[in-house]
Amino acid sequence: MKHLLSAADLDRDQVITILDTAAELASLTDRSVKKLPTLRGRTVVNLFFEDSTRTRISFEVAAKRLSADVINFAAKGSSVSKGESLKDTALTLEAMGADAVVIRHHLSGAPHRLATAGWIGGSVVNAGDGTHEHPTQALLDAFTMRRHLRSGTGDLEGVRVGIVGDVLHSRVARSNVLLLKTLGAHVTLVAPPTLLPLGVETWPCEVSYDIDEVLPRLDAIMMLRVQGERMHDAYFPSALEYSRLYGLDSARMSRLPDHAIILHPGPMNRGMEISADVADSPRALMVEQVANGVSVRMAVLYLLLGGMKENV
Amino acid sequence: MSIVLRGARPYGEAAVDLVIADGIIVEIVPEGTATGEVIDCTGLVALPGFVDLHTHLREPGREDAETVDSGSRAAALGGYTCVHAMANTSPVADTAGVVEQVWRLGERTGLVDVRPVGAVTVGLAGERMAEIGAMANSAAAVRVFSDDGKCVHDAALMRRALEYVKAFDGVVAQHAQEPRLTENAQMNEGILSGELGLTGWPAVAEEAIIARDVLLAQHVDSRLHVCHVSTAGSVEVIRWAKGRGVNVTAEVCPHHLILTEDLVASYDPLYKVNPPLRTAADVAALREALADGTIDAIATDHAPHPHEDKDCEWGAAAFGMLGLETAFSIAVKTMIEPGLLDWRGLADRMSVAPARIGRVREQGHDLTVGSIANIALVDPAATRVITSDGLASKSRNTPYASMELPGVVVHVLYGGNVTVLDGALA
Repeated sequence: MKHLLSAADLDRDQVITILDTAAELASLTDRSVKKLPTLRGRTVVNLFFEDSTRTRISFEVAAKRLSADVINFAAKGSSVSKGESLKDTALTLEAMGADAVVIRHHLSGAPHRLATAGWIGGSVVNAGDGTHEHPTQALLDAFTMRRHLRSGTGDLEGVRVGIVGDVLHSRVARSNVLLLKTLGAHVTLVAPPTLLPLGVETWPCEVSYDIDEVLPRLDAIMMLRVQGERMHDAYFPSALEYSRLYGLDSARMSRLPDHAIILHPGPMNRGMEISADVADSPRALMVEQVANGVSVRMAVLYLLLGGMKENV
Repeated sequence: MSIVLRGARPYGEAAVDLVIADGIIVEIVPEGTATGEVIDCTGLVALPGFVDLHTHLREPGREDAETVDSGSRAAALGGYTCVHAMANTSPVADTAGVVEQVWRLGERTGLVDVRPVGAVTVGLAGERMAEIGAMANSAAAVRVFSDDGKCVHDAALMRRALEYVKAFDGVVAQHAQEPRLTENAQMNEGILSGELGLTGWPAVAEEAIIARDVLLAQHVDSRLHVCHVSTAGSVEVIRWAKGRGVNVTAEVCPHHLILTEDLVASYDPLYKVNPPLRTAADVAALREALADGTIDAIATDHAPHPHEDKDCEWGAAAFGMLGLETAFSIAVKTMIEPGLLDWRGLADRMSVAPARIGRVREQGHDLTVGSIANIALVDPAATRVITSDGLASKSRNTPYASMELPGVVVHVLYGGNVTVLDGALA
């Protein structure tokens, strides 16, 4: 496999290979010299059309720990705002000899287009496109769940995951539903009906409008960022009502099973989808998710560009 | 000297010689018996020249995408003898000056009858009525008024426009799209839009406007035309309205008769069009409606765009696809080959009905003695592979590239003059 555009691109064995590789690479973090020579001489471009400091830094650290040369290309604007077109940007990167392009774009499908339009020859990694997908986020979430719920090996067969919040606009939710299904987990999406896409009943998961009904049987709960401005488009009446009906506070946290973990892709809206005391509790793994993100992205770059292409 | 169309088969019926002189069909005689300048039409079906109710010629303003000249050439090669040039140019065709300019450019090119469409509202802004009367009384004699590309969504304004055009037997051609339900819409709303993360364009946004407008048309007893009907629900609403005697007509685009939304999964903007590609069930309903007359006409919505506006991300791309040079082939493939329409039926949907809706008196005549000689001679047995470079349009945004399609336009006469001979401009 050459590109990582969608979580659906990966079958179970490929996901396990990525997670196992990430686990091996994670041990590197504990060493004083945190670097492998694997991608020496290879060039990875971080092409970010949308501000996302944490994802860009995560990919940057991942590539650098594998000794790749990293170019950060923060594209101000796009063809939409009459700046340079994606095509011309791609041709420029191609001329510079990019082996992999990590792309974050505000338009759904932009990574797909970059990979298939014939503009570049290198690998394309989707680092989040519009309201479509964010496959490395799903991989790091799976990695985190596996570590806490399955001792860090195998798949997630039978694990019950609740994903709560703005599913309609969430690329994290889409990628997680696909990847968790591949790993055998049971996913329940929880949101007000306005924040669920049409046709969600055909997705490989369950859907609920009631977080309290779902909580007691979860092994992991993932809270999605909900933008307060959504209330201006009448997705819900007020931030307060959203928080009351769908936010995770300590009362709700206490109704989770004792072993259940709490995830959030960040950045969090404290007081909106998650209360401060939940966010700061030891069951909330946001900081670990960030660390795991580096390992998983190292594994993806390693497997796409390194000597193990036949495995992935 | 007269022109003899030797061995042509009017509406696919028995072969005859059609004799053309002074722009008129002067004689129809047994095959091989007429004399004059002979054009071999053996095996070819003769149809009245096609009339397009919905063409974007882009001039004035976007001559990089298409001009009246290049669009006329594309139209002639597609078997057309008349096109209605949509009003969303720059400047907008909302004054007598602009529509006369477009009309004169069409006259100068002389390959097809270019009938300008006038805007309903000033600048297509949906706020104030454009000078509809001045456009109707201009040299261009506009009869079709449309804000196409935008919906006349203000119900009071739509009502007034419907009333106003009655004074000169005009028609309001509505682009039915409820704007609030389609903000930033990118594709048909359904399971696939949810998966692809593209903002949905729900069928109800089209159907709700059509339902409102047919009731308005009935209320003020005026004439409504519905542009590019794309959903099964719209068909039901129009069928209901016609059953109640509402004076409504409707058109369907070739691409909505053959292409479906699953093509969007490629994120290739060649498939980005407004209204969007819908489902297979919608396609089936549209074909059936065109066959039974609920939908009156095929209209291309020929929408040329420069390459850079399609060679980009889906969300950054322009809406629209080329249609003039492929419409006949799509009609053959979707309507003739499955037996949904015979040749007379196709002639009605592509020529007679659109000429009647647009009130174009010189077009859409039956192939009988005394009719103006606007004639398309087509080879139903031939096929061709579409290539984006092989089209006369200035733009390349055809969704049919590399598809093999049946039906080839061989010769075309416009007002008795040969505009296309052996598949090339004469």
